[in-house]
Amino acid sequence: MAIFLDRNSRVIVQGITGSEGSKHTRRMLAAGTNIVGGTNPRKAGTTLDFDGASLPVFGSIADAMAQTGADVVVAFVPPAGAKAGMLEAVDAGIDLAVVITEGIPVHDSTAAWAYNVSRGNKTRIIGPNCPGIASPGQSNAGIIPADITKPGRIGLVSKSGTLTYQMMFELRDIGFSTCVGIGGDPVVGTTHIDCLKAFQDDPDTDAIVMIGEIGGDAEERAAAFIEANVTKPVVGYVAGFTAPEGKTMGHAGAIVSGSSGTAQAKKEALEKVGVQVGKTPSETARLMREVMRSL
Amino acid sequence: MDLFEYQAKDLFAAHGVAVTPGRVATTADEAREIATEIGGAVVVKAQVKTGGRGKAGGVKLADDAGDAATKAGAILGMDIKGHTVHRVLVTQASDIAEEYYFSFLLDRSNRTFLAMASREGGMEIEQIAVEKPEALAKIPIDAIIGVDAAKAREIAVAAGYPAEVLDQAADIIVKLWDVFVGEDATLVEVNPLVKTPEGKVIALDGKVTLDDNAGFRHADHAELVDRAAADPLEARAKEAGLNYVKLEGEVGIIGNGAGLVMSTLDVVAYAGESFGGVRPANFLDIGGGASADVMAAGLGVILSDPSVRSVFVNVFGGITACDAVANGIVAAFAKLHDAGKQISVPLVVRLDGNRAAEGRAILSEAALPGVEQNDTMDGAAQRAAELAGR
Repeated sequence: MAIFLDRNSRVIVQGITGSEGSKHTRRMLAAGTNIVGGTNPRKAGTTLDFDGASLPVFGSIADAMAQTGADVVVAFVPPAGAKAGMLEAVDAGIDLAVVITEGIPVHDSTAAWAYNVSRGNKTRIIGPNCPGIASPGQSNAGIIPADITKPGRIGLVSKSGTLTYQMMFELRDIGFSTCVGIGGDPVVGTTHIDCLKAFQDDPDTDAIVMIGEIGGDAEERAAAFIEANVTKPVVGYVAGFTAPEGKTMGHAGAIVSGSSGTAQAKKEALEKVGVQVGKTPSETARLMREVMRSL
Repeated sequence: MDLFEYQAKDLFAAHGVAVTPGRVATTADEAREIATEIGGAVVVKAQVKTGGRGKAGGVKLADDAGDAATKAGAILGMDIKGHTVHRVLVTQASDIAEEYYFSFLLDRSNRTFLAMASREGGMEIEQIAVEKPEALAKIPIDAIIGVDAAKAREIAVAAGYPAEVLDQAADIIVKLWDVFVGEDATLVEVNPLVKTPEGKVIALDGKVTLDDNAGFRHADHAELVDRAAADPLEARAKEAGLNYVKLEGEVGIIGNGAGLVMSTLDVVAYAGESFGGVRPANFLDIGGGASADVMAAGLGVILSDPSVRSVFVNVFGGITACDAVANGIVAAFAKLHDAGKQISVPLVVRLDGNRAAEGRAILSEAALPGVEQNDTMDGAAQRAAELAGR
């Protein structure tokens, strides 16, 4: 098993005809993802060739679902079209929508989230502004490089793309059940808590690495959740101790406002509930290595 | 992007919110002219993007135009919490009967919008929250439904605004929601919202934060950027399309991915503790790709920072291939050399992940002056700090 995405997932790509969409469709196919088609309203009915794999283009997510049984959509659409894309995914009632797009106005992502909630929260949205989700050896939905790690029993949830890759790579000999990049925007569809809960319930995950960064209080809330609900070992890492107050550090959500959202506060909240927090990514990997050895 | 008070009030006025007449001045003479136009008593207010202006002496009442010039002269150039005052807002003085608090903001924790309102205004919201929590109403706003007249009235009632101002307050709240949504703001705050002795409700102050990601649908927001205040290196980096933040240290940082770069700053700061307390000099995320042009532009900006004594290039190749990054570094050196620039500080490069071996081989072969490689992030940070600490 894995969380949210596994070998049975049938994936479509929103924006499959664009440059990013087609590039990453090729990569996902190479990683073994079962991609069953794509969408582009202007090119519905056509077929695309990806190194021998022939993929149909549909006019909408709903059409693609009806004709292929797709249950996952990966969105590569420009920021201006991302909200409409998310609403379409929710209306179609697809199980999982992975939104890679960076630079979506927060009013759009907040409205899309509210819309999803108003429709019964049936679609799990991962992102926006995220690298996606990978269950090594099974399926890969997004832009996470598939071949830097192997299947295993560690679960990983992270706000940052490259730190996700770094951790997958450092622990490649142990391997991962699922790696989720939840994204660095202020409002995202899947939180640390959602992933912690799923990893806790996943029989194929033994321990969890949680990577956070400055901004908001997601890590503090995750700490409270861990204390009450997570019995599997959790190792943490938080980036941004040296970030100055009031400056956005790359990710739209990575900002210390006044005294809130600091890395120190997040680290303390996690340590208080027994989570070991590494000082550097490498030390975090070492801590997880020890945890896995002791299990 | 945080706005100045005068910019916030311009947006308020454009959306029909009542504000006191006034304009911004950069000299005492301008302040005099504006005060003359307005006539009577005016308030001269320092325009800085920080709180506590009043306590710092940055807000003064002036009896007439001459007094306005004097007060403006005293406030201009003042330092308020590290912010130099370059502009003052000269605005009609207004008698105040009561002060209230109002804001719309993004509530990240609950993934929704929030209205916060209180009959207690004038002091900082943090203080209201601590001292009079029972007087602070927090009302979630459905991002799809928004705020209509009925919702606005509900908020005004929950805030405990007096009955006689409810109609006016509700009207202003609807208009402030227009500002919040129409301008893609993440914060719209009015503190204080006041009732005058005549019973009129006006926004006496304004604070607005705009979402930079929404710039593509607000061409007019570009002119709100305070170019004068921007750090010159940050301004130059922005022009080159780089994601750069100037910091106070000595170790220049280049990396790929916001999280990895933030982490790199931290690791360098830890390492620096053993080398005289050297710290990272900047945040620079070159993102995926890392072409020679981007690498050259990034190195160019970092090397123009006189406080930089070493540079740490930290790349984890995920999608990005390390051999492409290595070629980018080699080409960047050639470009800078052709432009007649000397690279006088040492570079420590750590390449790991996708095609790391190939990338390392390219750099070894190129044998660029002052460039050394280190296999691990921690080891490379240590070395970069050591080189900067000398």
